[in-house]
Amino acid sequence: MTLDQACSGQKFRILSISDPTISNQAIRLGICKGAELTCAGKLPGGPIIIQNKMQEIAIGRRLARKIAIQVM
Amino acid sequence: MQCHNLTEQIDINKDARKLVLVGNPNVGKSLFFNALTGLYVDVSNFPGTTVDISSGKYKDMVVMDTPGVYGVSSFNDEERVARDVILYADVILNIVDALHIERDLFLTQQIIDMGKPVVVALNMMDEVKKNGIQIDVEELSRQLGVPVIPTTIIKGEGLEEVKAALNYSTTGNRLPIVMEHLPKIRSLVDEDSEALLVLEGDENIIERHNIVQTEHMRDKIYEARRARVNEITQKVVKQTNKEASFSVRLGRWMLSPIIGIPILAVVLWLTYQFVGVFVAQTVVEWTEGVIMGEYYYNFIVNLLEPLVGMDSFFGRLLIGEFGLLTMTPIYVFGLLLPLVVGFYLVLSIMEDSGYLPRIAVLTDRSLNSIGLNGRAIIPIILGFGCVTMATITTRVLGSKRERFIATALLGLTIPCSAQLGVIAGLIAPLGIKMVILYIFVIFLVFALSGTILNKVLPGESTDLMIDLPPLRLPRPANVMKKTYVKSKTFITEAGPLFAIGAGVITLLQYTGILDLVSNAFAPISEGFLKLPRETAVAFIMGIIRRDFGAAGLNDMVSRGMLSSSQILIALIAITLFVPCIAAVMVIFKERTWKESLVIWLGSFIISFLTAGIVAQIII
Repeated sequence: MTLDQACSGQKFRILSISDPTISNQAIRLGICKGAELTCAGKLPGGPIIIQNKMQEIAIGRRLARKIAIQVM
Repeated sequence: MQCHNLTEQIDINKDARKLVLVGNPNVGKSLFFNALTGLYVDVSNFPGTTVDISSGKYKDMVVMDTPGVYGVSSFNDEERVARDVILYADVILNIVDALHIERDLFLTQQIIDMGKPVVVALNMMDEVKKNGIQIDVEELSRQLGVPVIPTTIIKGEGLEEVKAALNYSTTGNRLPIVMEHLPKIRSLVDEDSEALLVLEGDENIIERHNIVQTEHMRDKIYEARRARVNEITQKVVKQTNKEASFSVRLGRWMLSPIIGIPILAVVLWLTYQFVGVFVAQTVVEWTEGVIMGEYYYNFIVNLLEPLVGMDSFFGRLLIGEFGLLTMTPIYVFGLLLPLVVGFYLVLSIMEDSGYLPRIAVLTDRSLNSIGLNGRAIIPIILGFGCVTMATITTRVLGSKRERFIATALLGLTIPCSAQLGVIAGLIAPLGIKMVILYIFVIFLVFALSGTILNKVLPGESTDLMIDLPPLRLPRPANVMKKTYVKSKTFITEAGPLFAIGAGVITLLQYTGILDLVSNAFAPISEGFLKLPRETAVAFIMGIIRRDFGAAGLNDMVSRGMLSSSQILIALIAITLFVPCIAAVMVIFKERTWKESLVIWLGSFIISFLTAGIVAQIII
């Protein structure tokens, strides 16, 4: 499944990010293949908030569709 | 705008050692810079609002601040600027947010891989304790191979230790993959730091050294670096208490639609009450009406009238209707200054508290429909302060397409604080119906032009990916300084333009050209817009600055020349009118001349077309 389908509070692991320009930037924020993160919130039709320890990052819905994840 | 040229700014000995401050956005870099150099710099809470480099002196070293970045490469303007400063640094002070260590150490490890001598300041240690986290500082230092100093710079803690550590900065432990591959290409460039970026496939550096290289290993190095940072984080960070603190929970609430949108509505309402009602009406009535309009006006007219008279050319130029010493200072200091200060005060509070990126998240979905992502809300909000500054910040947007849409919308539909103040003063007495109609028309034009541009322009816009800084109570000193610097920049920029405009109008009026233009323009102003032909004067003024044009309307209204429907139409036209000269200059600088011309002429046409249509309907 992809990140836009994750539910609030779910823990998941990233399987792949299909956009190479984004993946190069995301890796700096700790978002990369294999990273274990939490979905901290979701705006209806809008961005997904993901949490990596103390850090929160908002990801646009369309981009979230390009991130494959596996719920843990 | 104060744009700093990197080399121009440093008037210090070229051989001096360069100490460069590096860190992610919002880690307190600027506070370190201030503490070391004693100079003021803008402390910014939103990634990307300062592309300027500040430099100063500490002992015999040149200290340079860099924009906050998450890594060194060429993804955007900030990174390119930061990269060029970092590449040729002698010593680096890397400021790390201890709460976000796994994010920040990515940059730290990259600088270490460059082979630069580094000192790490592990900042915000107070928040680490508050959140029940333990960090093994000694182990971190051992892992990285560089000195690590715990600090809470906002309280001045750890500053002396950092200063001392600068004397024994060391090059740290590089990644094995870097050690292995760096020697192969080292001879192609001048410095180790450049070699690393070549390995990472940085196009600019590769081009600079005329390197013909077919493949790079950015992905591999980034992966290795991420793995190494995660490993270090695992070793040194212990989370003892997992309960979210109040500010974390508040931050979440701000993003949930049920609570977040009402919070946003309240914030906007408070902003309106403060800037639009309290400042624009109560304060301005006093500053413009009494202090400048009566005391100052009487003083200057009494002083100069015996010398130049009221009807001579110089009399009109200095103390006439658009006088350099009457209207110009009265509007600049009586009207613009309070409005601009009020607006930047609010904006600085939003920026400093970390609320601004949350607005970006809330508005992302709506902005998607006009081809922008949430990030674009920053230039749009800034536009309500000053369209010129806002146009510069469209650089934070991810693609050319988005920058064009945002610039066009800013130039067309967003009134700056000065203009908004005059408009609010004129429209408020007309009653709520007119206010709603005005907002509706402007909003409609905004949404329609955005949607059309999104449909017509080729390509695809980028998606939102934004780091949400923790919410913090804004620091009053910081907010004050920021407000002061931004307001001062605005006034020094707007003031002279206002004076030039006043001079030009007086000249046109004195020579009779103004009447000619008004008459030539009459078919449009009287026939289509159904306004008196004198309104043309206000529009000519509006070419220089829209608020100057609005001020011209203000003058006509106070003489009872416009009915309330006519006021509404004139206000719609002047709001959508061409951006002020300063903004136009910036637009031409930032965009191609073709795009700029489209924006400028488009504003003209859309402004009159919209106002004309409304006029045909309501009059």
